Amino acid sequence: MNSDMFIQHFFNALMLGSLYGLIAIGYTMVYGILRLINFAHGDIFMLGSYFVFFGVTAFHMPWWAAALFSIVATAATGIMVDRVAYRPLREAPRISALISAIGVSFFIENMCLVLFTGVPKPMPRLEALVQVLQFGNIRILPLTLIVPVVSFLLVAGLLWMLYRTKPGLAMRAISKDIETTRLMGVKVNRIIALTFAIGSALAAAAGIMWALRYPQINPFMGVMPGFKAFIAAVFGGIGSVQGAMIGGLILGFMEIMIVAFFPALSGYRDAFAFILLILILFVKPTGLMGEKLEDKI
Amino acid sequence: MLKIENLKVRYGGIQAIRGISLEVPLGKIVTLIGANGAGKSSTLRSIAGLVKSKSGTISWKEKNITTMLPEEILAQGVALCPEGRRIFPQLTVLENLKLGAYIRSDKNAVEESIERAFKLFPRLKERSWQKGGTLSGGEQQMLALARALMSDPELLMMDEPSLGLAPLLVEEVFRVIREINKEGKTVLLVEQNAFGALQIADYAYVLEVGEITLEGKGEDLLRDERVISAYLGG
Ligand SMILES: Nc1ncnc2c1ncn2[C@@H]1O[C@H](COP(=O)(O)OP(=O)(O)OP(=O)(O)O)[C@@H](O)[C@H]1O
Ligand SMILES: [Mg+2]
Repeated sequence: MNSDMFIQHFFNALMLGSLYGLIAIGYTMVYGILRLINFAHGDIFMLGSYFVFFGVTAFHMPWWAAALFSIVATAATGIMVDRVAYRPLREAPRISALISAIGVSFFIENMCLVLFTGVPKPMPRLEALVQVLQFGNIRILPLTLIVPVVSFLLVAGLLWMLYRTKPGLAMRAISKDIETTRLMGVKVNRIIALTFAIGSALAAAAGIMWALRYPQINPFMGVMPGFKAFIAAVFGGIGSVQGAMIGGLILGFMEIMIVAFFPALSGYRDAFAFILLILILFVKPTGLMGEKLEDKI
Repeated sequence: MLKIENLKVRYGGIQAIRGISLEVPLGKIVTLIGANGAGKSSTLRSIAGLVKSKSGTISWKEKNITTMLPEEILAQGVALCPEGRRIFPQLTVLENLKLGAYIRSDKNAVEESIERAFKLFPRLKERSWQKGGTLSGGEQQMLALARALMSDPELLMMDEPSLGLAPLLVEEVFRVIREINKEGKTVLLVEQNAFGALQIADYAYVLEVGEITLEGKGEDLLRDERVISAYLGG
């Protein structure tokens, strides 16, 4: 492989990794607060793609408006999922909420199958973002460069919110001790709703960028990225936002580079993530940046 | 005045509180003493809204707060410093204090309260950037008290603030409670250290397996034979 090829792969990996990272943050935030693996999160990501698709094609919105519409609608969906499927089970054994999460995931996927059919929808091209840029022998899409930048800005904004604002403080407190946080006067259910909103909004951002890059939208497109992002979250240390982003990047690099260096293995592309998951669980179950948690699912 | 009438609390099959009534007049220190499992924490947690009582009413300044949520009760000026400190280990001392002031929006007033907390507990000031979890047990208890004061409550409830502290620190805690009370705050104190509690209390209740079996002025109970034999190791 020559260096031009490598640079191309490098940027592809950076892009894919940032998208995994953005989705992984939603898993990690919800897990951090509720100790719940939100299995429906990959499907929330998928909805983000559909919302922007319909914004552009059905409602003829300009791109920026469609993106905004998708983010708001997806965030609202995330809040609704919490309200309907998880909140009634707050006092129930944790396994109940987990089963509920799996149910929500199947429900969303099959609802989309009924409403939008299984036929992949072709996302319109946004010409400015997919005109190949040529630097010497290196060919890169502008989108490939934009995705990591946007992701970085979103994560920076999230960290600012977590560490510099009152709701962020409450979020960090809830993840350790819900009851005492209530004693401080925090409306815990509101903060949890906010957590779902933020996680879902980031998944929508990922879904929008994903749809621009891989313009075939179908009801099951969230499953694989969802699994991989979950693995990224575990790898980075579930509960840690920075860890989720780093985990996502590492996973993106592994996937792209293994396929690039060992083309013969490309058929196993999706298997690497799962091998990684098994390895982490054996070697360091708390992940890279994770703290010790008393109980894990 | 805090007024509890015929409060009953049940956990599944266990009747933890069997219909108690008590009063905490404004500006006073009232203490609730009793053995392990008597229901002291359950009483405070009911007042704070963490546990919903089966029957009975809790009113604060003539207002019925029985069914209010914890955040609403705090907004009424009733704060609980919970059993076992429960400070947030991963947040800094300063963040713990700021969380205590979560319901207040006036930034200047909050700054003032932080200053006051640091004056009351100078050790916390030196450690304001330290993670709560790295404080010693005594410092954590100071932080828990300071945090409970941050909402500027009128009624401060404390659940065993002297638990697990060295004798010198226990004295320090009781001194601080008196100081808080002098500043005008009403105090409802739960203690196993009956001697210390009765010494500073204006009025006291003795709780035994969910029932109030004895009540009276702090100084009177100190001399009561039943109290002496049961709680003062006499
Ligand atoms: N969440 C709960 N679920 C079930 N039973 C409980 C619960 N909380 C308390 N109890 C029971 O209620 C009774 C009173 O408990 P409580 O914690 O109020 O006692 P306490 O007087 O504070 O005791 P201690 O001095 O040990 O703190 C005990 O028998 C306890 O086992
Ligand atoms: Mg107790």
